[in-house]
Amino acid sequence: MRGTALFSLAVLVFLLASLPQAQGTAPATPLTLLSREGRRAVPTIVLNGRELIALDEVAALFQATVREDTLAGGITITYGGQIIVISNDQPMASVSGRMIALPSPAARLGNRWFVPLELLPRALAPIYEVPIVLRVVSRLLIVGDLRVPRVTGRIDSAGPPTRATIEISPAAPVSVTTEAGRLLVRIDADALDVGLPPDGAGLIEQMRQDDQPTTVAIVLAGLAGAARAVPTEVDGITRITIGVAGVAAPSSTAAPTAIAPPAVAPSAGAITVPLQARSGALLRTIVIDPGHGGNDVGVRGARGTEEKAITLDVARRLRTLIETRLGIRVILTREDDRAVLLDERAALANNSKADLFLSLHMNAAPVATVAGAEVFYLRLDREGEDARRAAASEAVALPVLGGEGRTIDFIRWDLAQARHVDGSEVFAGILEEYLRARVVMSRRPRQDAPLRVLAGVDMPAASIEMAYLSNPEQEQLALSEDYQNSLAQAMYDAVVSFRAYLEGRGAP
Amino acid sequence: MIRRQYILTGAGILLVGLLAWAVNRGLDQLIGIRPESAQAVSEPPALLDVPQITATLFYSSTDGQALVPVRQDVALAEGLVPQGREILTAQLQGAPPPYTSVIPEGTQLRAFYVTERGDAFVDLSLEATSRHPGGSFAELLTVYAIVHAVTANLATIQRVQILIDGRETDTLAGHVDLRRPLEQNLSLVRQAPATGPALDIPRIDEVLAPSP
Repeated sequence: MRGTALFSLAVLVFLLASLPQAQGTAPATPLTLLSREGRRAVPTIVLNGRELIALDEVAALFQATVREDTLAGGITITYGGQIIVISNDQPMASVSGRMIALPSPAARLGNRWFVPLELLPRALAPIYEVPIVLRVVSRLLIVGDLRVPRVTGRIDSAGPPTRATIEISPAAPVSVTTEAGRLLVRIDADALDVGLPPDGAGLIEQMRQDDQPTTVAIVLAGLAGAARAVPTEVDGITRITIGVAGVAAPSSTAAPTAIAPPAVAPSAGAITVPLQARSGALLRTIVIDPGHGGNDVGVRGARGTEEKAITLDVARRLRTLIETRLGIRVILTREDDRAVLLDERAALANNSKADLFLSLHMNAAPVATVAGAEVFYLRLDREGEDARRAAASEAVALPVLGGEGRTIDFIRWDLAQARHVDGSEVFAGILEEYLRARVVMSRRPRQDAPLRVLAGVDMPAASIEMAYLSNPEQEQLALSEDYQNSLAQAMYDAVVSFRAYLEGRGAP
Repeated sequence: MIRRQYILTGAGILLVGLLAWAVNRGLDQLIGIRPESAQAVSEPPALLDVPQITATLFYSSTDGQALVPVRQDVALAEGLVPQGREILTAQLQGAPPPYTSVIPEGTQLRAFYVTERGDAFVDLSLEATSRHPGGSFAELLTVYAIVHAVTANLATIQRVQILIDGRETDTLAGHVDLRRPLEQNLSLVRQAPATGPALDIPRIDEVLAPSP
């Protein structure tokens, strides 16, 4: 009798101890919903590394009807007469008959159902009356036709004079005023998606979002003298170059306009500042892979346009943007029209210890009307998941000379991507977000697939299908300089944003 | 008298000859059927002798955005592997209207076999790569039409590996990794309105004895 009571007590203690884990944990930064009605925090939980939202929250936020279908073993969300069926044991949902992949199945915690956050943009958005966009990096859920440009900033030179750059993408009208030791940049938008550095440098103490939600404040140090901000618009981005001089000597009569901010961002290596050095530590080398080449022409359009030529053109444009603006080393897997094996492409990236891999391709479909850009990251099957678990659990610490130790990871060379899939998915999401701002996306804007070129790459990696050459209109578009520049600019923006994501996370 | 007997005998032979001709050839012409068509008409009874079974095959949707499951009659075969061959042979043929085939024209099935682990191997002729138009999406449709044709109909098979000309291959056209067996990818499949849910239909091998 006493033994039974003790056993029951032990079970109770175990259950109580495991309760917090079963309930999930709150994310480090809450999700913010932006709509015409304003902004509000949306409660979410993180369970097994995936962010989930309660279905009753979804019902309340979107005026949808949620019902548990015990017979079918799933949950239904009804909105505007259309039905989403969510499986509770498979990571997928059906939207008006179309299957949508999700990162995880629905989960029941207590008496509440939780679904992956991605359900909102992937399954609810297609049937909702206004757009629903999830910006993973900036933790924003945008509902409705809102202008929410991404605002990023960087200190280019600690100085003095201190030079900094703020970029607003897509471009938006701005006005700059000075006020009590601050520069205020007012941006004409509904809300801002802000990715500013946490710390200042030199004569800039801080760059942060002001109390006014569409204003960015540059807080100047006490020793700051004249400050000047010059906005320009280039390639669909508003760029504000800022220069801050130190306090002038008493005898000086230097005018406030004495500082001439550079017309473009300083070239790589010209100035070394702490912030750039820190960024470089996380994203130093990018490998861009122009698909196909040589005898392998890839897709050939009806007018004879070859995939291998377009991929090389866009890769060169992207390399120029990244090298000149970010100072990051860029390697192309081929510099000219020649065949390169898929393994050679992955090996080049791995041997270069690249931090990011981006493969460029043109698409084809059996029906000529299919159009739009698509982003892919690696799909892991059972074997890939095994490889990922093995990589996580089989790291071995080996002693080395001098008494230190070194950790050796074991990962299958042909599945090296397995341990980077989460980062690759984030990168793919960012790519989709920035491509959508500039080019038409397909109905499947982001997918996971077992792509051969990504499997062996030992770093976050994605592949972009930039347009359908099987579509005559898209073939014509792909040849235009404007379209190729838009693609390169969107990918550049995505690289900048991914770098901010890595910095925010603190590790690649 | 004798002359009359000759005449009657001759007439009788002529009549029998006429009847024989009419039976052998003339009836076709009399009822208005040309010989080629007659031959065509005479074939179905032979086909109808072969038991049929309904399988789910996969083609491009009319808008080209997904695979759609389409139920088609294929010959019933004894055992898992022979049935798999029949299904794949049907899958490699052209699509019924209004759908579009996602298999390169001229692709033939060289072999189909199943390992003890339950992985299926589909060996296709060289046309599957040499005539493929390329593009990740087109390649995904081709590969997963094959994978789904096997896994949706033969429940004991969970994974499918595609071989080309009897050998393991990297990809069909530079994208989809074929070095390992592939599982289903439902994100590429759209349920066809006319046929209802595709993947919950009874699977063929649930009523078939496994092959020896």
